[in-house]
Amino acid sequence: MEKQTGYKEVNSIVIQFMSFFIRKKENLFLLLFALAIILIPLGVKNKYYILVMNVVGLNTIVVVGLNLLIGFAGQISLGHAAFYGMGAYLSAVLTTTYHLPPWPTILIAMIATGTVAYFVGYPSLKLKGHYLVMATLGFSIIVNILMVELDKITGGPSGFPGIPPLSIGKLVFDNDFKNFYLIWTFVFFSILLSFNLVHSRVGRALRAIHGSEIAANTLGVDTDKYKTKVFVLSAMFASLAGSLYAHYITFISPRSFDFYYSIQVVTMVIVGGMGSIWGSFFGAGLLTLLSEILHVAEKYNIIAYGAILTLVLVFFPEGVGAGLYSVWQRWKIKTLTKESSNK
Amino acid sequence: MEQHEQILQYLISGLTIGAIYALVALGFNIIHNATGIVNFVQCEFVTLGGMMMYTFYTLLRFPIPLSFFLSTATVTLLGALIERGPIRMAKSKAIIILVFITIGLSSVIRGTALLTWGPDNVPVPPFSGEVVIRMFGAAILPQHLWIFGITIAVVILLRYFFHRTLIGKAMRATAFNRRAASLVGISTNRMILLSFAMSGGLGAIGGMIIAPVTTTSYDTGIMLALKGFAAAILGGYGNSTGAIVGGLILGVLESLGAGLISSKFKNAFAFLILLLVLFFKPTGLLGHGETDRV
Repeated sequence: MEKQTGYKEVNSIVIQFMSFFIRKKENLFLLLFALAIILIPLGVKNKYYILVMNVVGLNTIVVVGLNLLIGFAGQISLGHAAFYGMGAYLSAVLTTTYHLPPWPTILIAMIATGTVAYFVGYPSLKLKGHYLVMATLGFSIIVNILMVELDKITGGPSGFPGIPPLSIGKLVFDNDFKNFYLIWTFVFFSILLSFNLVHSRVGRALRAIHGSEIAANTLGVDTDKYKTKVFVLSAMFASLAGSLYAHYITFISPRSFDFYYSIQVVTMVIVGGMGSIWGSFFGAGLLTLLSEILHVAEKYNIIAYGAILTLVLVFFPEGVGAGLYSVWQRWKIKTLTKESSNK
Repeated sequence: MEQHEQILQYLISGLTIGAIYALVALGFNIIHNATGIVNFVQCEFVTLGGMMMYTFYTLLRFPIPLSFFLSTATVTLLGALIERGPIRMAKSKAIIILVFITIGLSSVIRGTALLTWGPDNVPVPPFSGEVVIRMFGAAILPQHLWIFGITIAVVILLRYFFHRTLIGKAMRATAFNRRAASLVGISTNRMILLSFAMSGGLGAIGGMIIAPVTTTSYDTGIMLALKGFAAAILGGYGNSTGAIVGGLILGVLESLGAGLISSKFKNAFAFLILLLVLFFKPTGLLGHGETDRV
């Protein structure tokens, strides 16, 4: 008996070891990614660059989660600003006003946001078509109104100051460099979790739903359940990022969580490529940098995001990276055939 | 003012705004029926209706009928251009992609409107004076009558168009079954083009006639159109009678909610109703059950 369990354990270790090599390329990228996270702050001494990278990190967490919904469940949410904001406000209010410990509060916020997301998502995801986009949009407008109007709790339109930074023991995350490690650790784990999810039974079910909902349904995939689950998960990702944002910046206001933020993260998903996890990181990075550059003329921000979203979708519906790659390949084939015909 | 007079006043303002929601909801329905997409540019159709009226009527001082016509024509043309351009050029015709494209276009148009007209609310004078009409103690503005009159006229025209004219019937056929429609010789692409144009016109009319009551700005359309969508869901998505009923009910509920409960949360009521409808009766008041579930 004992021998057998031992055999099983060894077997499972071997399988795990093998699967590491089967997904070798992916794990190599993850390893390089982790290495980059560790090394970058050692090389970059400019605080502003670190700040921008931290914003990229926070956006990446939201975008990776949102991409699970858009890319794998084929549904649109315009309410992620609200989930992001719920995380931020719950963390801010509970830790600052009610003096709850920050780390458990982040969990409480995630669970609360997930529960709310369930009640928003479940009824509209049962329906065919794109009801979720409007349900989430309506929901996010309600949340924004609450942030502004419940001013006794939230501080109203002028915002909520004085949020304590996170800490582990004596280590207080009170500057950009310390927060870099904190935020990017969470980015790393959310990417890791997403990869595991995508390769699991759930991920296969989701891809089946994206391919054809009816076919998935006939194969025994409970489509409503999976779509709702992934929606709740993506809302919890956003909530986590929101909490980290609140503790990092230590000040939040309703303007950071309005409709435009939802459009921004959706654009990041599209630019990176729907269903591509590394693409999410790429999209978040590219567009956050673009926002920083365009900040000089904030007026043009809306137009820029809209135009990018439209153009990418019209010409590269599979994402900028994949789109350019296929263009390059076609160009290569063309030149190759030209060369051979010239000979 | 006594209680019942106040309620009557809320009813009137509710029906007024409800008429606008109904027009917008009709616009949403027409495009939804033709293509299956949620068209976010509807928000901008409403905005542009108001802002065009401001440009032609307030700034350029054109006569009302001419301003009205020019504004409707411009936005109708824009609707057609959107279909002709990005929607038709899109490499992928997946619904999710097309919905995203309309979200992108909506941002572009809103940003352009902001650059053109600035961020402030601007006035549009009422179509015929501001002499208040008293009725059972409630005040009715002439503009309210214009809104009711124009909405009723538009609804009657639409009904005539869809049920009595050949093109209207062809559009309904396309909505019902696109492939079958193209098999009997209907140019379905043209019908989709037409549905975008019509929905542009409807949105613009809504934006124009409400502008004198609420003033207008580069982003008034978002709230109006999203509530119009809520109205479409409330009435039963895709159902034109439902759109009108949903619009009026939503307008009245919102006005009563703002007046009797709290005006701070006025904008939240419509979306709360939207969520409740999705939760308890997703097919809406007049929708059909069987087509909506997977």
